[in-house]
This record gives sequence, structure tokens and C-alpha cells, in this order.
Amino acid sequence: MVLTHTDHGLYCAAGDFFIDPWQPVARAVISHAHGDHARAGSAAYLCATPGESILRLRMGPEAHIETAAYGQTLRLNGVAVSFHPAGHILGSAQVRVAHDGEVWVVSGDYKTEPDPTCAPFESVAADTFITEATFGLPIYRWQPSAAVFDQINAWWRANQTAGRTSVLFAYALGKAQRILAGVDAAIGPIYVHGAVHRLNAAYRAAGVPLPHWRYAGDAPPDQDWSQALVIAPASTQGTPWLRRFGDVSAAFASGWMRVRGQRRRRSVDRGFVLSDHADWPGLLAVIAATGAGRVLVTHGYTAVLARYLRENGREAYELNAPYSGESLDEAANEGAPEAH
Amino acid sequence: MRAFADLYFALDATTRTNDKVAAMRAYFDATPPADAAWAVYFLSGRRPKRLLSALLLRRWAAELAAIPEWLQEEAYHAVGDSAETAALLLPEAARAGERPLHAWVEEAILPLREKDEAGQRATVLDAWAELDDPQRYVFNKLITGGFRVGVSQRLLMRALAEAAALPEAAIAHRLMGAWEPTPEFYATLVHPDELRGEDAGRPYPFFLAYPLETDPATLGDVADWQVEWKWDGIRAQLIRRDGQTFLWSRGEELVTERYPEVVEAATALPDCVLDGELLAWDFDANRPRPFARLQQRIGRKNLGRKLLAETPVVLLLYDLLEWAGEDWRERPLTERRAQLEAIVNAAASPWLPLSAVIAAPAWADLVSLREESRARGVEGFMLKRRASPYRVGRRRGDWWKWKIDPFSIDAVLIYAQRGSGRRASLYTDYTFALWDGEGDDRHLTPFAKAYSGLTDAEMREVDRFVRNNTEDRFGPVRSVRPELVMELAFESIQASNRHKSGVAVRFPRILRWRHDKRPEEADTMATLRAMIPDL
Repeated sequence: MVLTHTDHGLYCAAGDFFIDPWQPVARAVISHAHGDHARAGSAAYLCATPGESILRLRMGPEAHIETAAYGQTLRLNGVAVSFHPAGHILGSAQVRVAHDGEVWVVSGDYKTEPDPTCAPFESVAADTFITEATFGLPIYRWQPSAAVFDQINAWWRANQTAGRTSVLFAYALGKAQRILAGVDAAIGPIYVHGAVHRLNAAYRAAGVPLPHWRYAGDAPPDQDWSQALVIAPASTQGTPWLRRFGDVSAAFASGWMRVRGQRRRRSVDRGFVLSDHADWPGLLAVIAATGAGRVLVTHGYTAVLARYLRENGREAYELNAPYSGESLDEAANEGAPEAH
Repeated sequence: MRAFADLYFALDATTRTNDKVAAMRAYFDATPPADAAWAVYFLSGRRPKRLLSALLLRRWAAELAAIPEWLQEEAYHAVGDSAETAALLLPEAARAGERPLHAWVEEAILPLREKDEAGQRATVLDAWAELDDPQRYVFNKLITGGFRVGVSQRLLMRALAEAAALPEAAIAHRLMGAWEPTPEFYATLVHPDELRGEDAGRPYPFFLAYPLETDPATLGDVADWQVEWKWDGIRAQLIRRDGQTFLWSRGEELVTERYPEVVEAATALPDCVLDGELLAWDFDANRPRPFARLQQRIGRKNLGRKLLAETPVVLLLYDLLEWAGEDWRERPLTERRAQLEAIVNAAASPWLPLSAVIAAPAWADLVSLREESRARGVEGFMLKRRASPYRVGRRRGDWWKWKIDPFSIDAVLIYAQRGSGRRASLYTDYTFALWDGEGDDRHLTPFAKAYSGLTDAEMREVDRFVRNNTEDRFGPVRSVRPELVMELAFESIQASNRHKSGVAVRFPRILRWRHDKRPEEADTMATLRAMIPDL
């Protein structure tokens, strides 16, 4: 076994490193900077080069972070390790681990649709593929994001006509920047929450082109918000921070919005089905393309996807990460609680 | 049907009443009467009975999506709604049709009832082939009998009143009773002439009370209020016009044939419309029997002589809406009450008793009298402003229900099941148990299911607990470590041999999560049984 499942997370004994460990370890190889994959306290981190600035923002200035370019192979105690774009967020990577002629690929989180804020997903051949299954049910199928951005633009315009502020809840890291890059910035001014503001700056510093945005906290008290789009983390919903915007139409951008019950549970006016994870056809296509003889399924609908793969002739098992109630909410992707 | 599906999702997308009214108004302004009639039908909560099984619908969708049965079931558990699951599983539509709503309903949906399974399948698959996602959702909801819209009757009436430029009360009255969703009906509904209900059986909209949540002294002088017991039966309206009798339940269902003793007694009444409560009555004790007894009569169309003899029902009267062909609803309650007493006394029928007015010199007298509610088999008091008219729908200010506090007990959560609708995919439907037996034999006996009462955050917390503390699974149900204690409230209780616990409670719901109690400190079945009234 190149990788084993331990109570600290996935471990490579030959190379003596962990991948996305959930406890502090000596050496952590990180697929991407979301809170449920990158946890503080490890002695040394290794991530793909484009993800460094975000990981540092999350882990603090003292963290010891090494990087490798996509496709570059490092040797960790003789084990070949390389990062390959996962298309999830800026710097997100699949981790390829090769040892004794066996190749394992850990997908991290991934999506297959192109996204202007990160490198596009690249298929990597593997003997064993460890895949996520956040949206591992056939009800989850995404429209092309262009169609979703048309809906968001139309909602924003309609709110402007009605004199209402458009507040769009989205994960501060990744989704918020994808929305910023995807909406029609000519419609009106775009304001963001402080958490989004800091991450936008990191994205821009990493060379990701983003349209002009403003930090909501800098606006004067008598600001007219009615023409604006405000992008904020979902954790601000129902907090005093939102009061400044007056009469708002609230929306949430997430793959979960595909299901009406989830929209209603969020108590938002609109749900836009926009995910940074692969949909059901995306998961199946990626798994098939790896050519993997064995698939381990983690995060989300693991039992469902593993069983479906087995019934379709592939060796597949569940690999259970500790259950956090938030994982089904994608909210774990928010990382640390946001300051208001 | 596209316009109707768009309306559905516009109504679903906002909680602002003005936006909802505007969306309906815009729909009625732009829609031909044949479609508008059906829209009124569905928006007012009427719907065809289930035309085919939800499971069949999911199976057909799974077939088209080429996924196995178990995967379809998994999808259903995540969505919590069959109609929606089917819509989400289907591949994209082959062609976009533009059939109007009435054509869909009359040519495709209603005829499903007459078809065998193969015929139903063909119709449904044809429909799916020409409907897009939102329309499929609405179509699936309509054929499985699960169509619901987040608009109240009042909002619908407001929108119709705006569209027709008529007072809301006129629309409300025209919408009462039985009608067919035809273009002619819609034309009459929005007709500018304020014709009175030309139909002899047409009921008036009921006036409904709000719960009183403050000290009654805030209502002012007790002398301004008529106080009655709050009866635990079925609200009903008795219509006597042109020698005919009609009995309507509050659910706007014509129940004339279900209560022959009341209808028989009503022949002694002159033309009038009366408001009251259907109650199973104990003539020996001269008091109502528990609601559970009335339940034996609800829904029964074939009434055996034995049932009629053992469980007689009376209509206890408390208001007068029409007298000698004249609408009395605008007159003050005192005047209506005086005339009601005259009518009831003249009829002098044991099946048409009068709801007594309780004399109360001061609010304090009522506070102590209210304590007797349970012993009297009532739910507390109704407070009605003496000067008030009989209004339409649920309004604040003139009628209040001042109910007694519910029963409550601390119970242990032992089973959990995923919810539906907005609680889909979360474990939110719970079974609760109480301690039974002594010593080694001490065990938890399940006695009630409860679905509501927790906040969203608490629901998520329980959901996490359930997932991490599952002991066993039986299909969708998980048995969990008996650790969480919740205080449950319920309205009434009685012995039952249809329940394993031997006890049936009514309207159980969660009052609060007792974080301060360990499971062994929860209440016992003995405590619960002691609450059963001796009757």
C-alpha cells in the first residue's frame, strides 16, 4: 500500500508524509487551502506553487510552506510526489504519489468545468484513485456556468430595478472569486465582505485577473447600495453586518441549491446552482479517465458512489474521513469563522 | 404551463407578500380565463387526489436516467420529495412544448385516473419529453397530489381582488364552497357586478382567531368581551336557505351527509347561516367527548346505526352570519348573539345546543376558571369583542383563542429518520421514548413521533449526533444511542390499544432540548399514563 488510512489522515509510510491530515503532523502535503483539507499546526507543508499565498493566509506567517510547480516531481524519502491541477480553486491540486512502480492519485476536491480563476483540471493516470464524492448522486448535474451567470446577472438587474441590494452568499475562498470573474461587472458596483476582500487580493497578487471590487467596510454610512452586488460568506446571513445594505434580495451560490429543500433551508430568495465540485457525470468521467483499477471514495456520498462503481465493474471502497456536519453544507470550505 | 411554472417559482423565490401578490396579479392579468381558473384552483389549495404513486414516478425517471433502483432511492432520501427527485433525475427534454395549463390538466393529468399503469406511463413519459425542468417539477407535483404553493388564501384573494378591481370580501365569498375551474367560473369570479352568491349552498368565509400570547388584561375592560369555552371539535357552518340544508367544515368540505342527526335537527330552523363546532357529545354528562371520539365519525361516509348511537354528534352554535336572507356579518356580535339565542331557543333541539357565554366580572375570575378547562374537555377560552363584526379569515384584534398550556414530558430520542421538504437529507423526524418497568426490566418504550420545534441550528446538531451515534439501521430509520433528552408538548392524551405504548398523544412537538438532563432522568410511562383523564 502506497498510502494508508490512519487516525491522522492518509499516510505514506515509505515517504513519511501525510496528505491533507486532520491532525498536526511533521509533514503535510496539501491538496488545497480549504479548511477541511488544510489544517493548522503541522511542522511543514507542501503545496502546489499557485496555492502558496492562500495557504499562507490561512496557516499564518510563521507556517513552514514548501511548494512545487504543477507537474514537477519531488522526491520525499525516495517517493515521487507531484501536483496536478484539480480545477477546484486557485492552487488546488491532485496529489500523485508513485512508489515501487505503483501510482496513487489523491484527487482532493475537483471540478472539470473550466474556471478563469484557476488552472483547468488535468486527468492523471493512476493505479489507485482516491476521489471525492461531495455531489455523488445522479440528481447533481450542473448547467454550464455561463448559463448560471446569465441568471445571476438577470437577478442583479431586476434587483436594481426594484431598488434592492443584491447580496450573494458564496464561499470566501474560490467561489467568491469565480463569481467576481464571471458576473457582468458593467451592471453595477461590486462590494465584498472583508474575508472575501483579503482573498481577492491574494488571487490578484497571484496573477488572476479580477474586475474592480470594493471593500464594503470602506463605504460611507450614507452609501446607496441599491445598484450594488455584494459578495459575502454565508456565515454573514442573519448577522448585523448585513443591516447596512437595507432592503436586500439574498441569494446563495452552491451546488446544493439544485434541491429545493436546501434552498428553503438556507432561507434565501434565490439559489444559484454553481459548484466548485464535479457533478455526477463529472465524477464518473474523471474516474474512468484515470484508468484506475481501484477507487477509494471519500468526502460526501461515499457509500453511494463506491457501490455504483462496484456495480459497474470497478473495485471501489469507501474511505471515511471524520464526519463533520458541515461537510454536507460545503460550509467547511469556508475555513475559519469569518470576522464580521 | 410555462407561465404557471414560472409563477410557482416566482412565489417560491420570495417571502415578501407584496412580491407574491404582484406576481399573481401579473399572472392573472396576462392569462386567459381557462388557465386562470385552474391557477385559482391550485393556488387556493385545491388539488386532484393523487393520480399515481410517487414511487412509480421515481421508477420511470430512473429508467430514463438509466440508474438502478437503489440509487433512485438514495436520491430520493437526499431530496425528500418524489416529484422533485424524478424531475432532477430526468435527462434533458427532447423538445419544448407550449401547451397551456388547462390543456395539460384536462387532456393529460386528469385522464390519468382512467388509465392502467402502461397508459399512465406513456402519458407521463410523453409529458416529460416536452417539459423543461421547472414545468416537470410542477407537473410531477400535480399528478402525485403533492402540489402546494407558499401563498395564503388571503394573498390569493388580494391578487384576484386587484386583478378584478373588486373588494377582497367579494372574491372571498365567491371562492367559498364547491365550484368547477371552468372559464365561466373565472369570469364570474372576477365579474364587476357584486352579485350575491347565486348558489344556495355557498358558505361564507370563516372568521378565525389568533392565539393570545399576552396577559388578557392588555385587552382592556373584560366587559367589552364575550367569553366562551374553546371547544375541541371541528369548526362548521350550517346553511339553511330555501328549505335546504348544507353543512360545511372549515376545510371547505361539504359534510352534510356525514352528520345526519345535525342535518335532521336543522330542519326545525328557519332560513339562516350559523357558525359553530361539531362535537362528539356525551348527553348523560352533558359535555363533549374527547376529539378522538369525533375522529371515528370524520371521514366515515357509511354510518352504521351502532356508530350513530354510540357516538352522536352535535353542532354547538356560537354565531349568526345570515338571517332572513340578509348578510349579518357587519352587525356587532351582541346583536348577532341575541338573534342566535332566539333562533336556537325556538328550535330547542338537543343536537343544536348553544355555546354558553361565561360571566366574568374580572379577568382574574377567568384565570382561575381556565384551570378547569382540561377537566371540562375544552381547550381554554375564546375571547370575542362584543362590538366586533364577523370578519373574513384570520385577523388580529377581535377574536382571540386563550388556550391552556399543553401537557409536557421529558423524553429520550431513540429513532431518527430523514425529513422531507426543507428538512430533506437531515435527520429531523424523531421517535421519543419514556422509561418503563423497574430494575433490570427498566427499558425505553417509544410513545410519540415529533418533527418540529427545534431551531435550524439545533436540527443540524441533532443530525450530526444521529450520524455519529447510530446503533442500527432499519431502512431509512436509524436507532441511535439513547442520549438526547427533549421536552415534548402535546395537546391531549388518551388510552389507545392501537399504540404499542397503550397511549395516544395529540400534536406532539418538541418544546426544548433538555441539555441539562441525562437520559436516565427522563420521565416514565407511569407519569404519562397518570395524565390520561378518567372518563
